[in-house]
Amino acid sequence: MTLPEVQEVSRQDAERPLEVVTARHPLRWLAAAGVLVVLAMVASALITNPAWEWPIVGQYLFAPSVVRSVLLTLELTALGIVLGFVLGTLLALMRLSPNRLLSSVAWAYVWLFRSVPLILQLLFWYNLALLYPRLSVGVPFGPAFFDFGTMDLIGPLTAAALGLALHQAAYAAEIVRGGLLSVDHGQREAAAALGLPPARRLFRIILPQAMRTIVPTAGNEIIGLVKGTSVVYVMALPELFYQVQVIYNRNGRVMALLLVAAIWYLILTTALSIVQYYVERHYGRGRG
Amino acid sequence: MSAMVRLRGVHKSFGALHVLRGVDLDVRQGQVLVILGPSGSGKSTLLRTINHLEKVDRGSVRVDGQLLGYRQAGTRLYELPEREVLRQRTQIGFVFQSFNLFPHLTVRQNLMEAPLSAQGRPRAEVAPLAERLLVRVGLADKADAYPRTLSGGQQQRVAIARALALEPKLLLFDEPTSALDPELVGEVLDVIKDLARGGTTMIVVTHEIGFAREVADIVAFMDAGRIVELGPPAQLLDAPAHERTRTFLGKVL
Repeated sequence: MTLPEVQEVSRQDAERPLEVVTARHPLRWLAAAGVLVVLAMVASALITNPAWEWPIVGQYLFAPSVVRSVLLTLELTALGIVLGFVLGTLLALMRLSPNRLLSSVAWAYVWLFRSVPLILQLLFWYNLALLYPRLSVGVPFGPAFFDFGTMDLIGPLTAAALGLALHQAAYAAEIVRGGLLSVDHGQREAAAALGLPPARRLFRIILPQAMRTIVPTAGNEIIGLVKGTSVVYVMALPELFYQVQVIYNRNGRVMALLLVAAIWYLILTTALSIVQYYVERHYGRGRG
Repeated sequence: MSAMVRLRGVHKSFGALHVLRGVDLDVRQGQVLVILGPSGSGKSTLLRTINHLEKVDRGSVRVDGQLLGYRQAGTRLYELPEREVLRQRTQIGFVFQSFNLFPHLTVRQNLMEAPLSAQGRPRAEVAPLAERLLVRVGLADKADAYPRTLSGGQQQRVAIARALALEPKLLLFDEPTSALDPELVGEVLDVIKDLARGGTTMIVVTHEIGFAREVADIVAFMDAGRIVELGPPAQLLDAPAHERTRTFLGKVL
C-alpha cells in the first residue's frame, strides 16, 4: 500500500532538489558580543591608564642589562632541559631494567627529587660548600687525582643549572618512561626478531615512536622551566626576573618592569611552542 | 636431507602455566610444516622458541645444526651473549600475526633496516635487494609509502618482504592471516605459497586448513602443549589417527 507513495515522493525530489537552511544560534552571537565588549574594556584599561607607563616598558624592553638577563634565562633553561632529559632518559631506562637495584635506585631518585621543593634544592646546591668544603675526583674510596674547593667548582651559575637539571630529571624520567611504555610491545619483538642490536632498537625503533607521547608533555615541562628559572633569583643570579627586580628597586617603576619581564616570558614561550609544533610534526610522520 | 629445525624435549612454562610439555620436532630443508591446533595449545609459543623470542625451560632447539641461544659444554647449556643470539636470529625470518611494521619508517626503510644494521651489509647492495623483494610481493609502487597507508594484506606482504630481506634459512609465520579481513587473506597466502614452491623452509602456524592441504609437506596437530599427531596433509587431514585431531578438524572444517 505504501509503496506507490514512496515512489511519488522520490519523483518529486528528483524534480526539485531540497534546499538546506542552517539553524541560527542567537545565544552564541550574544555571547560573542559580550566577550567582545569585555576585550575592548581590557584593551582600553591597558592603553588609556598612564600608570602602565608603556613608554618606560619600551625603553627597558631591549635595554642591554635586560637582554643579557634574557640570555642567562635561556642558558639556564637550555642547561636544565638538556641535562635534565639526558639524565631523565637514563633514569627511565634504569627504571625499566630487569635489574632490581637499578630500577629501585631510579625510583628512589624520582621520589626524592620530586618531593623536595625546587627552591629548597637550589639553596641546598648553592650552599653545598657548607657540607663538603672540598670535592675530589679519583678512585671511589681510594686515592684522589684532582681536588677542588667546592666554592670554586660550584658557583651560583653551576649550582643553579645543577639544581634545575637534577630537579627536571625526575620529571623527565617519568615522561620518558611513559613514552617508552606507550610503544606497542610488538615493535620491540619485531626489532628483536630482526636481530637489530640493542642500541639501534632503542634509538631507531622505540624512542622515535615514544617521542610522539614524550614531546607534548616535554613541551609543557620546557615551558614550565622557562618560567621556573625565575626561582633562581634566590641565588642572586641576574636572570630575567632578578634583573627586573634590581631595576625597579632602583627606579620604582614596578608595573612597567614586571610588564617587561612578562613580555619576554611570552616571547620565549611562544617561540618554544612554535618549535614544539614542528618537532611534533616530525615525529608524527607516518601517522595519518 | 639434513634437518633444518630439530627440537628435542622442549618445555616452557609461564609461571604455573605449563605451555609446552616436551615437544620433539624435525623439519628438513625445503620442507613446509603447518601447525594446527586450538588456541592455547602452545603452537605460537612453540614457534617463538624457534627464534629464541621465548627461552625454553628445558630441551634443545637446533636450527641448521646450531643450538639456538645456548652453547653446550658437557651436559650444561650456557646462555649466549645477546650479540650472538641476534646474529642467529638474522638467519631466521619471523612474520607476526599483527605485522609489527615500524610505523615511522617507510616501506623501503622497513625492509632495509635489518640488513643494514643487523647484518652490516652495504647500502648499495641492500637497496636493490629491497626493490626486488617488493616486486616479488607485488608492492613495487609502495616503496615510499608509510605502513599506515596500506591495507592489512599489503602490510603483511611488506612484513614478509622484510623477513626475506635478511635472506634467512628458515621462515616462521605466526598466524599470518588471522588479523586480516577475509577478502585480503588470499593475497597473503599466495605470497607464502609462492615462497613454498621456491623451496624455502618454513613453519606456518595457521587456521587455514585449505592452505595446509595445498602447501604443507607435513602437518602437525598440537593440543595441550604436545604434538598429538604429525603426518602428510592427506593422512592427517583426511584420516587422522587420534580422536582429538578428529574433534578439532570436525569443528573447523
